[in-house]
Amino acid sequence: MTSTVLSPQPPASWRHYFSFSTDAKVIGIQYIVVAFFFFLVAGLLAMIIRGELLTPAADLVDRTVYNGLYTMHGTIMLFLFIFPVLNGLNNLLIPTMIGAPDMAFPRLNAAAFWMVPIFGILLIASFFVPSGPATSGWWSYPPVSLQNPLGQLISGEFLWVLAVALSGISSILGAVNFVTTILRMRAPGMGFFRMPVFCWTALAAQSLQLIGLPALTGGAVMLLMDLTLGTSFYRPEGGGDPVLYQHFFWFYSHPAVYVIILPVFGIFSELFPVYSRKPLFGYVYVALASFIIVALGLIVWVHHMFPSGVAQWMRNLFMVTTMLIAVPTGVKVFAWLGTMWRGKIRLTTPMLFCIGGLFNFVFAGITGVMLATVPVDIHVSNTYFVVGHFHYVIYGAAVMGIFAAIYHWFPKFTGRMPYEGLGKLHFVLTFLGANLNFLPMHPLGLMGMPRRVSSYDPEFAFWNVLASLGAFLLGVSIIPFLLNMISSWARGPRATHNPWNAIGLEWLLPSPPPEDNFGEHVPTVISPPYGYGKNEPLVEHQAEIERALTLAEANR
Amino acid sequence: MSSSSPDRRLGGVSLIALAVWIGLVVAISIWMAGQAQHWLPVQASNAAPLVDGLFRFETGVGTFVFLGVISVMAWTMLVHRAEKYDESDAEPIEGNTRLEVIWTVIPLVLVMAIAWYAIQVNTELGVLGPMEHIHPLNAQEERGGYPTDRLPPEQVDVIARQWSWEFGYPGRNVSSTELHLELDRPVTFRLVSEDVLHGFYIPAFRLKQDVIPGRAIDFTLTPTRLGRYRLRDSQFSGTWFAANQADVVVESAEEHASWLKQGAAAPLQSGLSPAANEYAERQTAGRSGWPTVVPAPPPQVNVPGSSSLPHDA
Repeated sequence: MTSTVLSPQPPASWRHYFSFSTDAKVIGIQYIVVAFFFFLVAGLLAMIIRGELLTPAADLVDRTVYNGLYTMHGTIMLFLFIFPVLNGLNNLLIPTMIGAPDMAFPRLNAAAFWMVPIFGILLIASFFVPSGPATSGWWSYPPVSLQNPLGQLISGEFLWVLAVALSGISSILGAVNFVTTILRMRAPGMGFFRMPVFCWTALAAQSLQLIGLPALTGGAVMLLMDLTLGTSFYRPEGGGDPVLYQHFFWFYSHPAVYVIILPVFGIFSELFPVYSRKPLFGYVYVALASFIIVALGLIVWVHHMFPSGVAQWMRNLFMVTTMLIAVPTGVKVFAWLGTMWRGKIRLTTPMLFCIGGLFNFVFAGITGVMLATVPVDIHVSNTYFVVGHFHYVIYGAAVMGIFAAIYHWFPKFTGRMPYEGLGKLHFVLTFLGANLNFLPMHPLGLMGMPRRVSSYDPEFAFWNVLASLGAFLLGVSIIPFLLNMISSWARGPRATHNPWNAIGLEWLLPSPPPEDNFGEHVPTVISPPYGYGKNEPLVEHQAEIERALTLAEANR
Repeated sequence: MSSSSPDRRLGGVSLIALAVWIGLVVAISIWMAGQAQHWLPVQASNAAPLVDGLFRFETGVGTFVFLGVISVMAWTMLVHRAEKYDESDAEPIEGNTRLEVIWTVIPLVLVMAIAWYAIQVNTELGVLGPMEHIHPLNAQEERGGYPTDRLPPEQVDVIARQWSWEFGYPGRNVSSTELHLELDRPVTFRLVSEDVLHGFYIPAFRLKQDVIPGRAIDFTLTPTRLGRYRLRDSQFSGTWFAANQADVVVESAEEHASWLKQGAAAPLQSGLSPAANEYAERQTAGRSGWPTVVPAPPPQVNVPGSSSLPHDA
């Protein structure tokens, strides 16, 4: 083991990030930066939506524009923000956590990434075609999505379906890569039950992609044919069935929620032990619960269709499977509480985001169980109650978990420390903004305000004003985040190889790690992860590795 | 924290404090369950009390679980914080199989209990009026007629369009863009759509059913409270989706009979269609926006009704 191997990589030239690089760490940062660009775009759309909903009348933008805005907000946030940002984290974390030099298929990895800006441009371009962008929501249910008032081939809906299909291909390419890498490229000694939980959840989530995405892609191809070739898979006047599309769509798109939330469970499982200074409580149960969630997650999709005209037995069956998901999810929540219990808790920025995210997630879980029960769902489905529920999941839990991950692993991959003060300000604004934005949506839904409306009855005004104020606060919350990222990346204090005193292979690499990570000197793993308080090394020759790293840091 | 390794056994005082806290959480949960009713619209159908009962129960249980979890979180944050400059690790507790079994089994029992309750409510709702009965349109129904074997005692045809609602009273020769129902009398709707998916949703009735083009869906309910309520389109249907609302009037048998009688005598005229009005304005004002599907012309009905009177829910 020579110190040359372990010296921190000189900061990559910015040109790297605009090239077809095959280095997973470059691709990871490319994914995350592109994702946050689209996060700002879709966030801006959300601000306009909430601006329109400040008053009952449709008075800020035309109704067609409103429908385009909310459709693109959802589509961009899902396909261009949350999936890419998670794939960015996968790229950064999976190889370094398992001691692999790179992903299994580096060129495929780069190809999967470069499809993201391509379909991003396609989607943004749809704002500028004569028909305007797609306006039928991110579900794009036919027949309304097949209505094409101008009759031109290149319509917003056409570009939308194309972009979603490309996104699906990109995600499948990514999933093949992540699954292969985790299965085949782990460090010596790292059996499945010595693997960090983030890798377990990534494996579970990417397996879901591989099983679910073909259904969506098939459904989308038929939608495209109905739209452009005049087939009638979903057109009732030609003998088609519009409800069939809903099955294809939700067969993937419900599991898609687990594709999002499972890696966030992984992040929580990594971070709670670090900042509680205790091992993850019940590691094996937490790891296996991910796969129970996968199995159940594949058989719940009809709960999105309770009012669509499905048989009573189907409603009852899918209600029960949906309720069952609460059990493995509960196992995880209790495990995180067990990890915090009697720990030595440090309320750093990443830990605050984890705790805030867990708080919101528990709330979302409870409204989720309410939504699972058919009679209550019949009343609140397609109302703001559902919008509130999933924004608690996606923003309140998932995005907060992603912020936690970014603050936690920022020093590792940039070699710089983020600023705590700005980080904590970001947390407070995010937590308050998210709750002020999304909590009022629940009473609105219970009162009977449908989702996707550009105008509403005056009795809904009070809660809508609160929600809009929350949305604007969330918009403001991004400012300290961006300031923090840019300024600390440029001139933040230098990071050591392990600033949080965390246990994991990635923390035995220099910050930032060299291009091929451990290269040919992959350490042999000799104990399970999260050995906080046990004073046993994770890998062979750990003391020497750490000494060399410290020495290199002292000499730079 | 003075006791970095506190006594593992709970002392008498701690036990009492814990019991008091749990009692407080239970009390708050029960109070929230009662509050939950106020978050919902008035109950105007026989389905509403059943749905609301389930929702109150879920709110109570949910509050208990939420506060329980948050209490533990808050406790650890207050009591188990690392002291300043304490860089050491905590005691490495890796798990506890008994605890893990308990927190698997209790949620399992709890959610299955809720599911059982929900299935009971579902079954009961099905008995009150079949939740829905779907059949393909046949030629006779396409023309608005009924196969004689299926003619129900009180039937309302609901035609959903982009973007208006039309209600027909077969056998009475009355059509309207305001839905009138008789108090405490079961009514079966036959839901059809002429274009895209719509959602037949009356929040005060707690009932919702998608309207699917190419199918006729029978849907039965019983209104139980006099008043004026909103019917809202609940499945996104395009540009004027938000404006696709109608009023529902629940009235006494006498009022209903006289409304039907007056309606039958009234000549056909243009019904309500806010979308058609807005579209006309949009055309003259030359307002910016993207191309849209043109609204169907206002349906020709005997009674247009109103959608600007104050409604109860």
